[in-house]
Amino acid sequence: MTSQRINPAKLLIIIWTVTVLIFLYIPMFSVVLASLTKKRYFSFPVQHWDTIWYEKALDSLSVRDLIATSLSVAVLVTVFSVVLGFCGALAFARYDWTGRKLFQKIVLLPIFFPQAVLGLALLLWFSTLGITTSWKTAVFAHMIWIVPIVTLIMTIQIYGFDPSLEEAAFDMGASRWQVLREVTLPLLSPGIISGAVFAFLLSWGNFPLSLFSTGADQTVPEWLYAKMVSGYTPMVPTLGSLTMGGAVVLLVLTYGLYRLLARRHRRG
Amino acid sequence: MAGRQGSVRQILDWLRQPGVLTAIPTSLFLLAGFVGPLVLVIGFSFMPPRTFSLAQAPTLANFISVVTDSYYISFGWSVLLATSTVLLLLAICYPIAYGMAKLFGRWANLVTVLVAVPLLVSENIRLFGWVLFLLKKGILDGTLQTLLGISGPSLLYSVPAIVFGLVYVYLPFMLFPLVIGLSMVPDELKEAASDLGARRLQIFREVELPLAMPGMMIGCMLTFILSLGSLAESKILGGQAVVMIADDIESAFTFAQNWPKGSVLSVLLIAFSGALVFILFRRIDLDRIIGRR
Repeated sequence: MTSQRINPAKLLIIIWTVTVLIFLYIPMFSVVLASLTKKRYFSFPVQHWDTIWYEKALDSLSVRDLIATSLSVAVLVTVFSVVLGFCGALAFARYDWTGRKLFQKIVLLPIFFPQAVLGLALLLWFSTLGITTSWKTAVFAHMIWIVPIVTLIMTIQIYGFDPSLEEAAFDMGASRWQVLREVTLPLLSPGIISGAVFAFLLSWGNFPLSLFSTGADQTVPEWLYAKMVSGYTPMVPTLGSLTMGGAVVLLVLTYGLYRLLARRHRRG
Repeated sequence: MAGRQGSVRQILDWLRQPGVLTAIPTSLFLLAGFVGPLVLVIGFSFMPPRTFSLAQAPTLANFISVVTDSYYISFGWSVLLATSTVLLLLAICYPIAYGMAKLFGRWANLVTVLVAVPLLVSENIRLFGWVLFLLKKGILDGTLQTLLGISGPSLLYSVPAIVFGLVYVYLPFMLFPLVIGLSMVPDELKEAASDLGARRLQIFREVELPLAMPGMMIGCMLTFILSLGSLAESKILGGQAVVMIADDIESAFTFAQNWPKGSVLSVLLIAFSGALVFILFRRIDLDRIIGRR
């Protein structure tokens, strides 16, 4: 860097990028800061730091209920979306077939669709079909938006996949199931893992779709919103920080898993 | 007879392709969860106001009431706010995308991760963070007061606050397509243009911009449509400053219990966004954009 002449345009771009990145993280930082204050109403500079709201949050039964609901939704969404997304991604990118271009466009449409309107349309759909909304309908609602995203993530992996490896396995006498288990799945596993992580976190944090599809049940983002609009308590930033913490832990674990897979891959 | 058997055979052959087989689960799911509700909403938009079934005689009353009850105002606000958001995002993201595609090298991956991680935190929490930051006696106000002794007016609950929120939340959806678009511009082409005596602005306008266009169009379209249908930003950061179209749709469906009214507003929004997506999809090849490394 020192021997090279840094041109001023490049320097400006770097400064701008760093500034925007800092901006992206200001709200998260603010939430964590607010969760560590003792007072009932937030004001800055903070006079008394405390972790009392964390103790209260972890003791509260209603908070546990909220987390249990959000977790159940997110886990089911992840499992179903990975299966559907995997099939969808194979159809999207791996095979050539008549109708593929149309399929690609239809699969991507829900991503382009305003989520609040989608949630309301689903509410109408459920009540016309006579289905009572609960956290189970929320699983379905989340999937309309998340399956296309997972499909897209896995598609990117499949474009980099060499189909001749599958053909070679077939030529050597492997069955369809063996090829899937021993060749296709291991090679596509990074895409599957990142698809699963995205599915889980997007469902865990989703608000617009949950708002209209959970019925009497409530997820964490819904509760946070209700409290933000009326009846603020420091429990809001606290629970917010806890969910962010959970997301960070999951991301770090995933990264660890990647490294492990990469190392095994190199050895094997 | 033979002809009929032939076409059945053709269908069976088509179904036997692995691509079709793998497309079936996802297609059925989206049929039941996306196409179905959309058709239902379109159906309801033709029902008389305040009815709850599709068994009535169709009417255009709701479409007329969009004009007479001045719902076009909230629609107009949404279009205006979404347009401002897109223009601001283009200006903010272009230099960063250029840096990520051409200048940063290995560091580009780090920037990608840092931009993507906030997407995994609930939009609500992030917007709420801005409320804490911008609030009177919040982090910004409090800092200014202690350090400089000045206290500005509240920055929240205004139209600029909503645009700010939209820009913040949808930034990655502009940035990533732009990066893909710009990395599709080969450096050799720009060098060639420069060797042939083109000026910098000329190269930008005649080489870089047209080649980066697909990514740019996806970014603009995506952020425009998402901002157009947004709900949380105007509610959390905007207070009651303006009513956006998604607000109107929500209250028609919930408080007012007027499904046909909510449906007609949704149809308006969907038709508008749908037309844009249609134009976009006719002009670009998805294989090329997603498959590109």
